[in-house]
Parts: sequence; structure tokens; C-alpha cells
Amino acid sequence: MIFLTVGTQLPFERLVKMLDEWSETNPDTPIFGQIGGSSYKPKNFEYCSFLDSSEYEKQFNQADVIVAHAGIGTILSCLVASKSIIISPRLASLGEHRNEHQLATCKKVSKLQGCYVAHDKADFFQLLGQISSLGSGKIDMHANQDLLKAIEKYIDD
Amino acid sequence: MQKKKKILAVASKGGHLIQLMRLRSIFDSHETIFISNHDSLDVEKYERVIDANMNSKFKLILLAIQILMLIIRHRPDIVISTGAAPGYFALMFGHIFGSKTIWLDSIANAEELSLSGSKVARWAGLWLTQWPDLAKSGGPQYKGSVF
Repeated sequence: MIFLTVGTQLPFERLVKMLDEWSETNPDTPIFGQIGGSSYKPKNFEYCSFLDSSEYEKQFNQADVIVAHAGIGTILSCLVASKSIIISPRLASLGEHRNEHQLATCKKVSKLQGCYVAHDKADFFQLLGQISSLGSGKIDMHANQDLLKAIEKYIDD
Repeated sequence: MQKKKKILAVASKGGHLIQLMRLRSIFDSHETIFISNHDSLDVEKYERVIDANMNSKFKLILLAIQILMLIIRHRPDIVISTGAAPGYFALMFGHIFGSKTIWLDSIANAEELSLSGSKVARWAGLWLTQWPDLAKSGGPQYKGSVF
């Protein structure tokens, strides 16, 4: 099962449209989408605009793969839960975000196990075609020790 | 044993908040009040503020007032934030009212500092980036990252 999430702040119609197109020719893969304030409504899978915390958790836990915007929150959640994630950046060049930080995020996280980046429809369809063989990463719940110590030291001084 | 401090931990919902919670081990050893615009948070003390960003100047003003009231009410020893707008205001007012302040720029900002992160310098006692390439003298320091 695929869970699509575009985050809490902005719509991401380009990503929703791509997944809708793929779903038309792949009807056997169940998909649920959290599409935000998108005016484009998918024709081939169920969706909603926003989910509260418990509904989000339910959809997230049920999914085999997460498809998402390149948002750090979603990426971190997937790594902690060992879920495979396919991300696509919102592009400032297309008016999808204020700046290109999602593109920068993609450059950095593409090296991480379990994180797959789709820059365009071709990448995206290829990754979706290989869903069952995607790997997943694993991180714990804590920031790294050096950072924690530096902050604690400043607090205690 | 170090004295327990009163900490105000501030972050916008989503990635900023998820990163803030990865510092939880620090918060659990002090008295910590969490501030965000999320619907709820599974912590002992949580204060919710409105969702505001650069798209609405009016909402930003309202948010600033809410944060100012929280700083005055709680008078924290420490204010820490991973961004964005609520954290900026919390550091500014926190600094003005004598708190020690910490800014940890989001790990999503891998090639340049966030907007709020670049403006917060004058209010941040400890100003941090999570990418070594962005650290510089007179700028934010790099001490590690949330993962």
C-alpha cells in the first residue's frame, strides 16, 4: 500500500498528478493520499486534504511505501520507522515553494539507505515500478551526541 | 548535580517540530514548556500558538503577540528553537527579557541558512547550523546534527 503525503503547509499538485497517472495503469496497488490544499483531485485513488495526528499515524503505519514531498519531517519519520520513502522536491523555479531548499535536501538524503529521490516523472515511474524491492533505512530517536552535549553545555554554563 | 532550568522549546509543526523532539533527552532533565502550532503534543506542558509564516504579515503580528505573552508569563531561563517564525519571535523576546537563547537551523537548509535562521543572529546566544559547510566565523557554528 502506498501512502502519499504532501505535508501540512503547501499543496503539491505536480506530485499528486504524477501518482494519479501511474495509478491509472496500476490499479492493483492501493493508494491513499493526503493532498493538502490541492485543487487537483485524484481520479484513481482515495484522498483527503489533511489528517489529524492519529489518522496520519494510522495511514503511515499501514503503508509499505511512503511517497512524499522532500520534507524533513516526513523523511525523518520514515527513517525512524524503517519505511521506504520516495521523495520529490517542490521547486521554487516552478513556483512550488519560496526557495530551493527541498532540492538541497534531496541532494543530501539521496545517499541515505531507504530514501529514493524522483526528480521527474521518468524517475518516479521507474521507482514505483520497483516498489517491492525498495530498501529501508533505520535511525534512532535522538540527535547525535555531539550536538546534545554542545547544547547541554551552553544550558548549564 | 546541575540545577534544573526552565526551558521554552519552540518549533513550527512538521519537520521543525520533529527535529526539536530529537533533542528530547535534554528537555526531560529540565522543566520544559513546548510551544508549537500543532494540534496537540504528547508532553506535560504544551502551549499552542497560531500557524503563521511570511505569507501573512497580519498573522505574523498576532503570533508575535502570543509569543511575547508566553515569554512574559513563563520567564524561561532558556529559549531554544529549530524554527521557524514562532521560534524567531521566541528568541527575540526571550533575549530581550534576559533568557539564554539557542537557535538550531533546520537540517533541511543544507545549502544556505533559512530566512529566520539568518535574521536571528542578534538574538541567539548559541547560533547553530546542522551543516559544516554553512559554519563560519561571525556566523553560525556547527556542533552536530539531529541525525
